Amino acid sequence: MTNQPATPRPIREVTVPEAIRLAGEGYRILDVREPTEWDQGHIPTAILLPLADVADRIEETIPDRNAFIVVHCAAGVRSVRAVARMQALGYTNAVSMRGSIFDWRRAGGAWEVPQALLTPAQQRRYSRQLLIPEIGQKGQRRLLDSRVLLIGAGGLGSPAALYLTASGIGTIGLVDDDVVDESNLQRQVLHTADRVGVPKTESARMTLNALNPETRVVEHRERLSAENVERLIAGYDVIVDGTDNFDTRYVLNDAAVKLRKPVVHGSIYRWDGQVTTFVPFDGPCYRCMYPTQPPEELAPACAVAGVLGVLPGIVGLLQANEVFKLLLGVGEPLAGRLLMFDAMSTAFDEVRIWRDPACPACGDAVQAAPVAGQPRAAYTEVSAR
Amino acid sequence: MSNVRIPPVLRETTGGNRTVTAEGATVDQVLGDLFVRYPALRERVTTDGELSPFVNVYVNDRDVRYRDGLATAVGPDDTVILLPAMAGGAR
Repeated sequence: MTNQPATPRPIREVTVPEAIRLAGEGYRILDVREPTEWDQGHIPTAILLPLADVADRIEETIPDRNAFIVVHCAAGVRSVRAVARMQALGYTNAVSMRGSIFDWRRAGGAWEVPQALLTPAQQRRYSRQLLIPEIGQKGQRRLLDSRVLLIGAGGLGSPAALYLTASGIGTIGLVDDDVVDESNLQRQVLHTADRVGVPKTESARMTLNALNPETRVVEHRERLSAENVERLIAGYDVIVDGTDNFDTRYVLNDAAVKLRKPVVHGSIYRWDGQVTTFVPFDGPCYRCMYPTQPPEELAPACAVAGVLGVLPGIVGLLQANEVFKLLLGVGEPLAGRLLMFDAMSTAFDEVRIWRDPACPACGDAVQAAPVAGQPRAAYTEVSAR
Repeated sequence: MSNVRIPPVLRETTGGNRTVTAEGATVDQVLGDLFVRYPALRERVTTDGELSPFVNVYVNDRDVRYRDGLATAVGPDDTVILLPAMAGGAR
């Protein structure tokens, strides 16, 4: 090795046939290439840990410092560096495979090529997020197969829809019965000045199709109500709630709990915003947080109270971030946590919210509950958790 | 003396202040102190002497409904957060 790093111990290297033998004897195989290389083919029993992550993550990947490990890359250069870093952390039985993965395959070493999950065009378009370990090809495939419903194609829905579409969510549904108004343009960045008077869902579809023709945009040109809510949300994986009134929020909550759809909630007022994620029966629902709605005079809408243009941008993107985590099954969603953003002082704050065992929507003994002034059929599903 | 965060929809009752200080060892006493100085706050936060169901009160990050309600203790360095439901969204 010409560019072997300085190290207190010599790096033990093994030939490809030796590596194949050691693998057969139970050595762990550590692949220190990049995810994009891995996706084009890898040793079936190998663990992927790119070289740049070795120092930080080897201890969680293979906690046993005495483990017998064959480290390989594409040609045998990165694996030497990886072994040096591992030795510095006390991994004494790690060896580097000298030779290429082509040698490995020629010598009859086990190899598998994962099924292509993405087309070449998709690989190019989404390359930056394919590099993220928590996404990769599988995660991107999942996003492409996902369906997200946005209630409201306005202030919160605009930034959320733009970024969800850009990143390749397969289907975006938009529920809105409004038309674009001049006063919307200060914050509802899906819409443009030449589309004043155009239905918001149509304007949104034009913008989103131009951004990513691959995403299917479904227009639901209607206002969410107790009558249509279940039909609207049934076909979607995650709901983004950016509605402007309490009636709709309670109607959506109760149907989402019933159909077990996670709802990412956002609300804004002048300089302040709130975000939380309701995962039915896993955390609280909107009714757990606020059992009843305030009288109308205490709940002014944007049209009355005003809203800073950038605020829905920030809050809507926090909602989009929640959607990604829910769809990918990674990270910690804001379930049971209410995040508050104060734009005036640029401060985030968080309070805990609890699932109310007596909640009429998701409580332990869910019974017939009058919802939004309407009688509702009894349903007796009880929490499994 | 604890700090009380006033949410945007209630700030008109506190002369625009985002944070005010209040005396009291319990939520009840803290609110009582606030109501003396900001009488308009009372009807926005309570109904018939009880916390309104659409207003949540937190001591630090804990909802007092899941602690001791109005009797929940408030320490001198605690932050009390009043949080009514906010509707504002898209349109």
